Amino acid sequence: MHVPDGFLDAPTSLATGAVAVAAVALSLRGARRELDDRTAPRAGLVATFVFAAQMMNFPVGAGTSGHLMGGALAAVLVGPWTAVLCLSVVLVVQALLMADGGITALGTNITLIGIVTVVVGWAVFVLLRRVLPKRVSMVAPAAAVGGFVSVPVAALVFTALFSVGGNVSVDLGAVLTAMLGWHVVIGVGEAVVTGLVVGSVVATRPDLVHGARPLLEERDLELRPGLVR
Amino acid sequence: MSTRRFFAVALVVTLLVAGVASYYASSHPDGLEYVAEQTGFIDSAEDSATADSPLADYQTSGVDDARISGGLAGVIGVVVMLLLSTGLFWLVRRREPHDVDHGDGHDADRHAHQSEA
Repeated sequence: MHVPDGFLDAPTSLATGAVAVAAVALSLRGARRELDDRTAPRAGLVATFVFAAQMMNFPVGAGTSGHLMGGALAAVLVGPWTAVLCLSVVLVVQALLMADGGITALGTNITLIGIVTVVVGWAVFVLLRRVLPKRVSMVAPAAAVGGFVSVPVAALVFTALFSVGGNVSVDLGAVLTAMLGWHVVIGVGEAVVTGLVVGSVVATRPDLVHGARPLLEERDLELRPGLVR
Repeated sequence: MSTRRFFAVALVVTLLVAGVASYYASSHPDGLEYVAEQTGFIDSAEDSATADSPLADYQTSGVDDARISGGLAGVIGVVVMLLLSTGLFWLVRRREPHDVDHGDGHDADRHAHQSEA
């Protein structure tokens, strides 16, 4: 869903640019709570993995493809504030180095892929963590659902931006239907990749998964009730 | 699995995805591009200012073999990502008290940082 230059007009691009700058500034503050000597290198690795995974376009039928966005994945692995920064670095490197996503569209891409997918993915994940059984095995499925929901929501936000600031006037209903339809399918791919990756980390080192931490603490309390103060 | 081993495995997987597997990625337009084609706004897309960069479109300019050209671009991207993002997160991270204490015995300094945390 990398938006190229030219799809959205200058005012809209400026507005999303301002949103992106504000979100990155907030995240730089918020990420301090998530990052320490041990988690900082891990977050770098997660950002790098998301960059690599975004190169893997998978076919979704009828001559279309999609790839991981990674907002939910990064948020569950390293925390939502850090995830916004992860995705922002990915999008900056892609735009400057690979010409993937426009330069004037960078704010739009950070808004859609760096903010919307992280916020939606993390919100759905936290909600599910609350209602599902309090087990570590629930982390990967919850992350997968978060990933699934995040993609069509980002498509919806793009369509909203396009309806305000699209440079070409086309049938917006058709854009909305097509964007939602395809991105529900791409969301399934997002769910599969997110579930598999989070599931592998949970299986090997659950302590490295930010989103699993409350469940691990609860488990430890149950296992060693004598240690509860 | 030790943390070191975990990192090594994750890095190898990342390099393989970017450097090798990416060659087999679908080259069809992505969801947004496809919708733009179908609904008639694809022509408003402009070339990025970086369209002539040596790694544009994940291909290394001057390397003819598509597999090597793409793989090399992926690996360079991974190295740049790793340096940039780890550097950023290292700067942003909160400093543990023992980190700012360089053994110079400035206790006041140390307490100040502890209360900050």
